[in-house]
Amino acid sequence: MLAAFAFLIAGGVTAWAAGPRLRTWIGPLGAVIGCALGIAAAVPVLLGGSHPALRLPWELPLASFSIAIDPLSAFFLLPTFGISALAAIYGAGYEGARGRPSWLWFNLLVASMAMVIVSRNGILFLMAWELMTIASYFLVTTHGERPEVRRAGTIYLIAAHVGTACLLVLFLLLGTHGTLDFDAFGPGGARTAAGAGAIFLLAVVGFGVKAGFIPLHVWLPEAHPAAPTHVSAVMSGIMIKLGIYGLLRTISVLGEPPLWWGWVLLAIGLVSGVLGVLYALAQHELKRLLAYHSVENIGIIAMGLGLGLIGAARHSTILFGLGFGAALLHVLNHAIFKALLFFGAGSVIRGAGTGEIEHLGGLLKRMPTTGAAFLIGAVAISGLPPLNGFVSEFLLLLGSFTAVGADKLSVGIAGVALIAGLALVGGLAAACFAKAFGIVFLGEPRTHEAEEARETGLLLRAPMLALAAACVAIGAASPALLPVLARVLPAVEGIAPGAAAPDLLSARTALLGVTLAGGLLLAFLLLLGALRSSLLRRRPVRAGITWDCGYARPTPRLQYTASSFAQPILGLFAPMLGTRVSSVKPRGIFPSAASLETSTPDSFRERVFRPIFVEVDRLLARFRRIQEGRVQVYVLYIALTLLALLAYQLARNP
Amino acid sequence: MNPWGLAPAAGALLLAPLFLGVIHRTKAVFAGRAGKPLFQVYFDLATWARKGAVYSRTTTWVFRLAPLASPAASLVALLLLPQGGFRAVFSFPGDFLALIFVLSTSRFLTVVGALDTGSSFEGMGASREAAFSALAEPVLLLCLAVVAREAGQSSLSGIVGSLTGADWQRAGPALVLVAASFLAILLAENARIPVDDPTTHLELTMIHEVMILDHGGPDLALLTYGAALKLWALGALLTGLLLPGPTGPSLLGGVVFLTGMLVLAVVIGIIESTIARLRLDRVPQFLVGAGAFAVLALALVMR
Repeated sequence: MLAAFAFLIAGGVTAWAAGPRLRTWIGPLGAVIGCALGIAAAVPVLLGGSHPALRLPWELPLASFSIAIDPLSAFFLLPTFGISALAAIYGAGYEGARGRPSWLWFNLLVASMAMVIVSRNGILFLMAWELMTIASYFLVTTHGERPEVRRAGTIYLIAAHVGTACLLVLFLLLGTHGTLDFDAFGPGGARTAAGAGAIFLLAVVGFGVKAGFIPLHVWLPEAHPAAPTHVSAVMSGIMIKLGIYGLLRTISVLGEPPLWWGWVLLAIGLVSGVLGVLYALAQHELKRLLAYHSVENIGIIAMGLGLGLIGAARHSTILFGLGFGAALLHVLNHAIFKALLFFGAGSVIRGAGTGEIEHLGGLLKRMPTTGAAFLIGAVAISGLPPLNGFVSEFLLLLGSFTAVGADKLSVGIAGVALIAGLALVGGLAAACFAKAFGIVFLGEPRTHEAEEARETGLLLRAPMLALAAACVAIGAASPALLPVLARVLPAVEGIAPGAAAPDLLSARTALLGVTLAGGLLLAFLLLLGALRSSLLRRRPVRAGITWDCGYARPTPRLQYTASSFAQPILGLFAPMLGTRVSSVKPRGIFPSAASLETSTPDSFRERVFRPIFVEVDRLLARFRRIQEGRVQVYVLYIALTLLALLAYQLARNP
Repeated sequence: MNPWGLAPAAGALLLAPLFLGVIHRTKAVFAGRAGKPLFQVYFDLATWARKGAVYSRTTTWVFRLAPLASPAASLVALLLLPQGGFRAVFSFPGDFLALIFVLSTSRFLTVVGALDTGSSFEGMGASREAAFSALAEPVLLLCLAVVAREAGQSSLSGIVGSLTGADWQRAGPALVLVAASFLAILLAENARIPVDDPTTHLELTMIHEVMILDHGGPDLALLTYGAALKLWALGALLTGLLLPGPTGPSLLGGVVFLTGMLVLAVVIGIIESTIARLRLDRVPQFLVGAGAFAVLALALVMR
């Protein structure tokens, strides 16, 4: 594990120092080796080995250099290193020789994410957390020459620090025993119910900013499209999951949860899920669309956590097991297919020069590998069998149906809300990815650039193929994953009344059935395909044109667009979205020009945060008087503050 | 695994097109026509299966995958479905979720297959199908939640046929609501009136038919047969859920089930003859209304 850190940092620093030619491969190489070593450290823990831990004293107050890998850490380390390694390979092909500091920050980002996961001390955690934020900020602003990228970076930095501020308070509240070591946080102590509730809410806000819970998600659709694609994949696939990780860690030390915690997460999950996918449907740019889908999937994860917490509060181990099991599995699944889809989007941007959905079309013929991989990712993220996305949603739905059957009304209502919410989100996600895949990859190219698109290089295609294979593998081998998930559960067992692991393992029959159904589907597809080719063997098979009602001069611009595809759904949910439409309607018998423009800005950013920040800005402007610009005055401020603190201390302990 | 379940599945393969024939005949009777032969769908399938194929130059392998997905998913559904007192071939906890989502996969592939042609007509159909099915799916799951709760079972083979007369006395109103809601979703999912009109001749107004506009020959046969199987599967689910019949293979069970299916076909025919098709922007209201029924039923059984 330590060797993994060493390689990551060494790779990054050498890449920063090295010349332009050396840099392009030494940075990714360091990342890949480091990630491989990290995976080697994490896998034995998941397979039931011992939990390595390391603890060194540290000079800072309250701090100690304490790290450990328990199954929960190992479970998050696995996708972190796996996706990062693939992203490094992809990035090597994507970036070429450009971007001098980019590998330094990339490797630091990976190292800091891993440090967040293994650290067992509040100070160390916060330092790693900050490093992660800063590294990703510099990665987001790689193309800082573009104004919108700089703006996205600033929004990201502000949002991240609002979150970190909450986390500071969170750790101060947790560390009542004079130390910030996680081991000392334990559920015991004199913590009141209100205190635990406050800590929980701080964790939801502090970690929720990183995770992208609505309405704290505003940075996400700005930052992810602005970053280079391999960074977007890591940020969307892994970094936002660390918010979930932090939430899990916090919950695990807080003891038995009251019912309302579950409801809070469930409500956040439902709102994030539904609004996330609706905003995604309204987007015209591929990476922005994917960014909103991250919000949606974080919502699904939060739904799972909510169900689990409700189960824990009601002493139902089966609900706890299925809810948390589904949430954990979805963390892994989302990391895989979201990285795959971002890689696909990046490949489209490289191959066709744009990510604007309306400007593309017909790319499957020009970029067959990218297209096939993107289709697999699209089916997976829509939660459809036989791929991995379905497995986690299936577990969650199974839990919801169990909840509906429960005697307690509160649990039953949660189950109903989950069933309706999940099914709606699933259906809308399928619609959204039918749009994304169908308009970008199918039909005829809508522009000259799309017509000239070329398949991208091997370095870009190989990671996509690996991830697509992982989607299929997890979909097929889900029963084998249950024991791993069951091993992770006890790490969050602090909140569970009993051992939930056996209850999760009891879902094995169901998952075997899911695998069977998926296998049968593929078998029937092959069988029917063979039947059709044998039918067509001696018959004429001709190529023609698409039925178009006999247009004299068809053009690709007559094709259905992404906006028109999404319109029925967006029209239905229009009050929630606030889509702006500006159109010039055709006039007269021979209209010369007409146009239609739609854009859907994030209403939370426009209507909630912008007014708040404008107000805060106005308020803080009054303090500008004390901001002189002379260093001497600032030194005076510091001295005065110190004096005041000293006086306070003297007054307290005379 | 229950090999005896293969018998009703095979029966469904044979009878599914006849189910459509009964609907057509009912509509013809209502319209005062002689109507097409009861077995016309079989003749159509045989004709298409004997033809060659024309594929648009715009299309790719996705277009050719779509017609395979529809019957393949329906076949999986039949293997997971208990019918006429027989347990399903495969049953496991949550098998109804697998059934519904396998059908969703096939719909997803049909939708992208339609987009593959690059035709605006098919894009329109695909867009409508995606929008309406996103609304229909939650309702279907909520309906199943009611019945699963009442039956206290987690697999279809446990749920179907487990509702007794006593259940109907106890939770009658809720079950009636579920039946109405399920029937509405059945009509929507299978492109029937009042959501879609399978006999319309104007591309602009179609949903399902327009998505398969460019398929011909064996592909069209596969799609049509797949759609017939899906209608049969969902119809058998509705019949099985609501009929309190004897469980276990028996002559009586089979007769009750087939009578139920016949009645369902006639009911669909009557609905199609007496109700006008909804305007497209009214369809969501229809689906949300069905959802309200299902939620109401849940409220009744959970109170």
